[in-house]
Amino acid sequence: MRVTIRLFARLRDLAGAAELLREVPTGATVDTVWQTLAAEFPAMAPYRSSISAAVNADYARLTAVVGEGDEVAFLPPVSGG
Amino acid sequence: MSDALLSISPEPVDVARVMRLATQADGDPPGRHGAVATFLGTVRGEHLGRRVLFLEYEAYEPLALKAFRIVAEEISGHWPSARLALHHRVGRLELGEVSVVIAAASPHRAEAFAACRYAIERVKQIAPIWKREVFDGGEAWIEGATADPSDAAAKQTAYERACG
Repeated sequence: MRVTIRLFARLRDLAGAAELLREVPTGATVDTVWQTLAAEFPAMAPYRSSISAAVNADYARLTAVVGEGDEVAFLPPVSGG
Repeated sequence: MSDALLSISPEPVDVARVMRLATQADGDPPGRHGAVATFLGTVRGEHLGRRVLFLEYEAYEPLALKAFRIVAEEISGHWPSARLALHHRVGRLELGEVSVVIAAASPHRAEAFAACRYAIERVKQIAPIWKREVFDGGEAWIEGATADPSDAAAKQTAYERACG
């Protein structure tokens, strides 16, 4: 199945894209999507311990299961304010 | 600027408007509140010994608005009489410009101050907003907190700062 990956700030710079479409297996979790991404962009791998994630613009755990067409966002540590 | 209590846009912040929105939230009649505490975040020209030239803010807007709503709900839980209005800017901001304005209105000042402080602490902890710092000699994304709205320790830290 296909998911849309949204990337922000430094993660976007590392990927060179704000949005990617990727195939992941049925039953994939947010973590599966992250592993797919980290394999493609190894410079992102160290972020695993500090990212948070969202599915369809709601905060989600790495263990959350994703579905066909979902928007999966990865958020590097935030710095608003 | 929209009339929404919680908003994000590239437009300059209208502080008076955000204050008014806080006092009129929930259809509150004039005179319900005796205090409005405001916080303005402004672009500082120094960071980690670097001379900052300007900042670029970006947000994952739909989630950032949800984060603001989470903060507003937490405030309602801690200080039921307080009303929150918040506007965060995105895009390029020059030194001294206002990046965020928070107004907390309440019948009495203690709740207004506490709610306002709590709001900025929580925004910094959980809102998916990032700043890229362009400084004399380079540029860098600033990375602060891992955003987790359910992190009880982070909530407790914000609450203690608000009441400290």
